[in-house]
Amino acid sequence: MSSIAYERSAALETAGYDSPATSKLEQLWKTKPGLFGWLGTVDHKQLGKRYLITAFCFLIAGGIEALVMRLQLARPNQHLLTPEQYNELFSMHGITMIFLYAQPVLSGFSVFLFPLFLGTRDLAFPRLNSFSYYVYLFAGLFLYASFLVGAVPNDGWFNYPPNALKLYNPGPNIDFYALGMILLGISTTVGAANFLVTWLRLRAPGMSINRLPILTWSTTTTSVGILFSVPAVSLAFLMLWLDRQFGTHFFDPAGRGQPLLWQHLFWMFAHPWVYIVVLPAMGFVSEALPIFCRRPLVGYTVVVLATVATMVMGFGVWLHHMFATGLPFLALSFFSGASMVIVIPSAVAVFAWVATIWTGRPVVTTALLFFAGFIAMFVIGGVSGFMTAAVPSDRQMTDTYFVVAHIHYVLIGINLFPVMGALYVWFPKMTGRLLDERIGRWNFWLVFIGLNVAFLPMHWTGLAGMPRRIYTYPDGLGWNTVNMLTTIGAFILAIGVLVLLINIAVSRARGALAGPNPWDGPTLEWTTPSPPPSYNFAVIPAVASQNPLWEGRLQEGLGHSSVGRGLVLDQGKEVLATTPLDAEPDAILKMPQDSLAPLVVAIALTGLFAGLLVAWWWLAGLCAVVTLASLVVWLWPEPALGQIAVAAND
Amino acid sequence: MLPVGSIERRTNGWYGMLTVIMTEGALFAYLLFSYYYFAVQYGREWLPPQLPEFWFSVPNTILLLASSAALWFAERGVRRGIRRDLVWGLAIAIGLAVIYVVLQAIEWSGRPFTMSSTPYGSLYFSISGLHFVHLAIGLIILVVLLIWSLLNYFDARRYAAVSIGAVYWYFVTAVWLAVFFTIYITPRLG
Repeated sequence: MSSIAYERSAALETAGYDSPATSKLEQLWKTKPGLFGWLGTVDHKQLGKRYLITAFCFLIAGGIEALVMRLQLARPNQHLLTPEQYNELFSMHGITMIFLYAQPVLSGFSVFLFPLFLGTRDLAFPRLNSFSYYVYLFAGLFLYASFLVGAVPNDGWFNYPPNALKLYNPGPNIDFYALGMILLGISTTVGAANFLVTWLRLRAPGMSINRLPILTWSTTTTSVGILFSVPAVSLAFLMLWLDRQFGTHFFDPAGRGQPLLWQHLFWMFAHPWVYIVVLPAMGFVSEALPIFCRRPLVGYTVVVLATVATMVMGFGVWLHHMFATGLPFLALSFFSGASMVIVIPSAVAVFAWVATIWTGRPVVTTALLFFAGFIAMFVIGGVSGFMTAAVPSDRQMTDTYFVVAHIHYVLIGINLFPVMGALYVWFPKMTGRLLDERIGRWNFWLVFIGLNVAFLPMHWTGLAGMPRRIYTYPDGLGWNTVNMLTTIGAFILAIGVLVLLINIAVSRARGALAGPNPWDGPTLEWTTPSPPPSYNFAVIPAVASQNPLWEGRLQEGLGHSSVGRGLVLDQGKEVLATTPLDAEPDAILKMPQDSLAPLVVAIALTGLFAGLLVAWWWLAGLCAVVTLASLVVWLWPEPALGQIAVAAND
Repeated sequence: MLPVGSIERRTNGWYGMLTVIMTEGALFAYLLFSYYYFAVQYGREWLPPQLPEFWFSVPNTILLLASSAALWFAERGVRRGIRRDLVWGLAIAIGLAVIYVVLQAIEWSGRPFTMSSTPYGSLYFSISGLHFVHLAIGLIILVVLLIWSLLNYFDARRYAAVSIGAVYWYFVTAVWLAVFFTIYITPRLG
């Protein structure tokens, strides 16, 4: 058995992508052929693309759910849907968009981009990356399986008891939601752990804490947020499932349970979650807007601080979702104040982006339009949010369409717009072809007009008293025209999304070839071919500034980044570990080969939850045993990973 | 010269276990929050007529602390290259944990309430139950580590798995201390 020596001296070498060393690297890192490779790949680039494709499928599903709802609400007294069907649609629309699209799409970009941004060859835990994707896919399918049995979650995405308890909701609808969410939470959590450890450990030498690409700050900050917030909702759903299936008394009033405890636990998770689904998208803007303004981001340090401050403060505002529940005024006042103060770091970031455009030399591309549109939509969504932070006005507006307007401005404006812009920026890196700019303009303007026609009047709808989550409304209340307008806007927005999909399809086949750096960007991902080879970098680069490729023109300091000369690390699948603060070389780490273990564990885990759903306890128990056994196999020390001690006489 | 592969605690797995502790620690924080939420709302009448006693919980606390001490001894042994210390430390840690499991089962079976009797019962069993699940997984980890030690996988430089398993066990012990304080001590604090 070959054993890995404990130490090695590694020399710097000069190598480009066409040098002989790279064929050896390609052999080491490329995915194995056939079904085994397709199912067992650990290549972060392939996994990132899978995340993005899956997230967009869920975006379309959630969008169709919304369009059907808007058809129902376009005019008063429609009967396209029964009340129960409407409840199921608005619940799944929320669940799909918030959990199956908004965060996974950001994960997808980060899974693809992190190693390229950081100057390394993979994430810290490649097999865990694969596992995280499979569990996300299976959890999404688990939730949508509820449609197959006609028992779809129907109590809204916040799912409040008592209505979510067995007494009022006897079918399996809520059990699909509870168990599906716990399963999804496992995927989200391990993904977050992967990003955090990668960010701390696997950087290019010299990429100290103040030279990290700002997108990595956003994703890592939200990863820490995920680690601390997801347990609250997993626990809440576990308690709810126990109340429903085993007669426990966490939330049921009849058994002296506390329905408000659900709301506390849920919102202690869900408020940080709304920052988790927007901060990395803001990171896309911080990262790419400077490219199209041809200057570095204004105020890198304050934007980083604002990002971290927003996430931290995001844990201290959850009660603003409960202003109408009868809690004492002292509590409401504290959380109202905190919900206003949290605007400040966001405002700092907005000013930094505006200053970057103002002092830069903007180039108007589709990406820049999305980023500029994002800033405007962020301001509108932020203002309506600030209005609801004031308790008296929230008492009027909560559970009306005003809040629906707010959430769609912030979610579409701060998540979807940056995501679309980011596609125009990094699609060339992922596929080697540029997205078409002319189709892109249609994409942008249709989405922009659709968003504003649908949701700007909705502020007025809410102030005029229309409650949310009603399946129809009577004639003569003055709501007819605005609802028709909103429906028209929704369809325009949908056509805009369709145009994006057309652009992707057309450009995959016939788009202009991109080359390594079509946008003249400053960071490390723009040094690789498009798409990057399996090993990312021929040699591990070393960086001396925030913008390695712009050093010549910025004259920031005396250092020079080294892109074509560095450690080759070709004695196996190897990456360099560096220290967290100053990024000094710390160790050479061995990375795993393609493996089916992540898929096996994901299937076993899903089987466990399916067993719990249908109360086949034997199946759940069997799957639990298989899960544990497969984990032991997965983690068994391997000589090739340098995990086994070299015997004295070896 | 750079270290290669799994050397001391320079592994990704060590950092990964720290993230596990972060997130599972948060889970217990939310669980105990739920306990205190009920306790503050309902006061003394929420607690069972007979408060949880110390007959099992104090020995269990001592068992876990001793188990962690044995594990610390095992980890120190492997870092000095003394395989005998590693193996015996792990074996003793496992043995003490098994006694804990038995005592915990006896304590549960003697409870006059169940998970579905009252909110207190629901919280008592979910808190101690979830802690027990984490401990059971930790026990499996220790057994696997013992097997790997007997297979000579570890030496004075390659022992990361032992540290990773040990820090998880210390976490399980620390959570027990918080659970012990919450369930057994706070009801008596007036």
